[in-house]
Amino acid sequence: MAAYKDLRWKTLTILAVVVIFAAVGVYPIVAQRFGLPAPSWLMAKQLQLGLDLKGGVHLVMRVNRDDALRISTEGVGEQLREALRTAGVSVGVINVTSPTTFRVEGVPQDRDAEFRRIAEEQTATNYERSSGVGGAYEFTMRPNIARSLREQTMVQAHDTIDRRVNELGVTEPNIATHGDDGDQLLVQLPGISDVARAKDIIQSTALLELKLVEGGPADTRENLLAPHGGQVPPDMEVVSGAADPSTGEAGTRFFLVRKVAAVNGSDLRSASVGLDENSQPAVMFSLKPDGARKFGQVTGSNLGRSLAIVLDDRVQSYPRIDGRITSEGRISGGFTQQEAGDLALKLRSGALPASMTYLEERVVGPTLGADSIRSGVTAALAGLALVVVFMVVFYRLSGINAIVAMIINLIILLGMMAYFGATMTLPGIAGFILTMGMGVDSNVLIFERIKEELAANRGARAAVAASFDRVFWTLFDTHVASLIAAAFLFQFGTGPIRGFATTLFVGLISNLFTSIFVSRTLFEFILSRRPANAQTVSI
Amino acid sequence: MQIFKSANYDFVRWRWHALALSLVVILAGAATIWTRGLSLGVDFAGGTIVIVKFQQETPVERVRAAVSTLPNGVGNDAVVQNYGNPGEHMVLVRVAQTAAQSTGNLSQDADAVVAALNQANIGPLEVVGREIVGPVVGQQLKRQGMLATVFALAGILAYIALRFQFSFAVGAVAATLHDLLVTLAFLAFFRYDMTLNVIAGILTITGYSVNDTIVVFDRVRENLRSMRRDNLSHIVNVAVNQTLGRTVITAGTTLLSVLALYLFGGDVLEGFAFTMLVGIISGTYSTVFIAAAIAILWQGRKPIKGQVAAASPETRKPGRRRAS
Repeated sequence: MAAYKDLRWKTLTILAVVVIFAAVGVYPIVAQRFGLPAPSWLMAKQLQLGLDLKGGVHLVMRVNRDDALRISTEGVGEQLREALRTAGVSVGVINVTSPTTFRVEGVPQDRDAEFRRIAEEQTATNYERSSGVGGAYEFTMRPNIARSLREQTMVQAHDTIDRRVNELGVTEPNIATHGDDGDQLLVQLPGISDVARAKDIIQSTALLELKLVEGGPADTRENLLAPHGGQVPPDMEVVSGAADPSTGEAGTRFFLVRKVAAVNGSDLRSASVGLDENSQPAVMFSLKPDGARKFGQVTGSNLGRSLAIVLDDRVQSYPRIDGRITSEGRISGGFTQQEAGDLALKLRSGALPASMTYLEERVVGPTLGADSIRSGVTAALAGLALVVVFMVVFYRLSGINAIVAMIINLIILLGMMAYFGATMTLPGIAGFILTMGMGVDSNVLIFERIKEELAANRGARAAVAASFDRVFWTLFDTHVASLIAAAFLFQFGTGPIRGFATTLFVGLISNLFTSIFVSRTLFEFILSRRPANAQTVSI
Repeated sequence: MQIFKSANYDFVRWRWHALALSLVVILAGAATIWTRGLSLGVDFAGGTIVIVKFQQETPVERVRAAVSTLPNGVGNDAVVQNYGNPGEHMVLVRVAQTAAQSTGNLSQDADAVVAALNQANIGPLEVVGREIVGPVVGQQLKRQGMLATVFALAGILAYIALRFQFSFAVGAVAATLHDLLVTLAFLAFFRYDMTLNVIAGILTITGYSVNDTIVVFDRVRENLRSMRRDNLSHIVNVAVNQTLGRTVITAGTTLLSVLALYLFGGDVLEGFAFTMLVGIISGTYSTVFIAAAIAILWQGRKPIKGQVAAASPETRKPGRRRAS
């Protein structure tokens, strides 16, 4: 039989697979435990344990929700100013006096009725207007609007941080609102190595705005405003430049830019790392259709002028508009590769609606508790032992075959997870238990089939070959169906569902290999040492 | 060794009884959830965080044991974590929201936790902090989780329809949904809290159920070639009998290991193990009684494609055996 000639190669393949995966997945664990020598690149790939199994960092931060209220109030004030200008009603100043109030002064007596009408149109849904004395009005955000805006800010901050942490590759963080006032967030991250970087990524607002440059750059604020008589024109604002990468000094240059952004972060479709014309790392972004239309309009009608790329109120760069640009753009500014990557991540995950202040940072133990993990491990080992005993008693020598397949399965899975730098959590282990169960099931299917085939008395070799040929399609269908499910769970799920899907996916692939290839080779190996017309196997 | 020597039970005859029984269980579960609600653990409902500092090293299991004595199931799924550096002897306790808390008395749960710790006599302690904490599983995670599950089931439906018959796909997905609902019903009957661990268990049994059902359907597909003149009910019954040994052994070995986890896995893993226990029993039951029954119902009197002409390449070889 041809199959028996390939036996040497099959055996070597299996040995090679076992050695490679054991080196990646098992050796680092053993080496660390017993202090054996191991190359650092191998140790760096070690399997990580999640928050529930090993603990991590516990961060509490306050979300400064008033920021969001202030932005909203400023926006409405700006809107009112614009509407008044269009109607030709000139007023003195519009000042934001607190996060929820703004004040309009100097409303001319003769235009008072018109002012009230416009103000009613622009602000009545969200703001209450105090009666004007001497042409001054105060607008206060309605309490229910303020409350829902505060809540919305928390939800947004929560979701943004969730996206950022997930993009950072941190598996299954715990993020929850915290504190009696509901204005804090609790973030527990599994034992990541670079806490400072994680904190920075979580904390930065990452508010991107593209604004037309009206003046500058200038060395001082005074120089910048000189052409305008020392005053900031009403629809413009002064923004300082980003820290100079060579000196690290912030705000040494000043720009006068349009207050209203041509395009902002919410118009972004994606952001990724690329290279600028000097082959330096830069962030490439593309815009959603709506943003692209706006961007095309602005760039098309302002050729030759400069566009400031403003990130968190700092001008990152101010390229000249050389042509009409629609959907693509680039932010350069002397980034390192990691800085560019982090910025792209922050832009992709959206801007935080408010700034944040860290209140607490602590190390925490596993959420499952060291005690539960210990008893869980004991129970799992006991369960495994029961299965092993059953398989050997019920299937005799073939049972050992199944156990060998199970062990190889375990080695491959550990190796793959370590190679991908995956983090093991309880849902991940659940996915693993499922594949172990399916592994035993695969063997049972094969063995039961061999028993049936042996009953036909056509010899052991024929029975084994026929069984594997037939059961191959059974296993193929069960595994592919589960693989499809795992792929969908991974694609659309988050957190624990993703962790489950990852181990399930990896486990299913290694299971197909062990139950079809390894198990068959073991049978053939045993049968090759017996006469070709043997009628039975130990099963 | 063989468990069943030429098994020949008439499973299909019991399909109406089985469907009725399942319906009763699922409806009872729905009624329980409707009236009492699924009790939610701190992961889903949010609750209270209490941080305490002991004077000497105190293992988390003693803290957990103390907290688990709390009335109204407050302490059932408490999360107990070491907090801060080991030398500080601090422990963080997170307990789920209770009725008392939701009516506005915010400090009541925290007080109860501290009282329980003091009563348990595990050494002098001081309270470092107490805070309200929201759910870890937020709206987004819930929505995405549901969406992911629906897509996964749709994927399985499409694959089985492609490789087998559409009626089989309906049967398999119905059986999987059945196991999901029955497990939820039992979680409600026995008042287990929904936690992330339980979700992991539910995902696992869903996968188990699909695998189990496809194995039987695979045998039906094989028999369709060799038993061209028989009707579907008979063919299905033969297939269920042929695979009965495997079904029982697989379910048995899996149950063995899950039972070990349930008995010795400790408080925290009990919910997970219970979910798996119920799910595996339900999964095996639905494979034998529900999946095929639904497939037969769906197929009705329509002819089965592939019973006359072999459908897929691997089924082209003539059948070797006529069972029973």
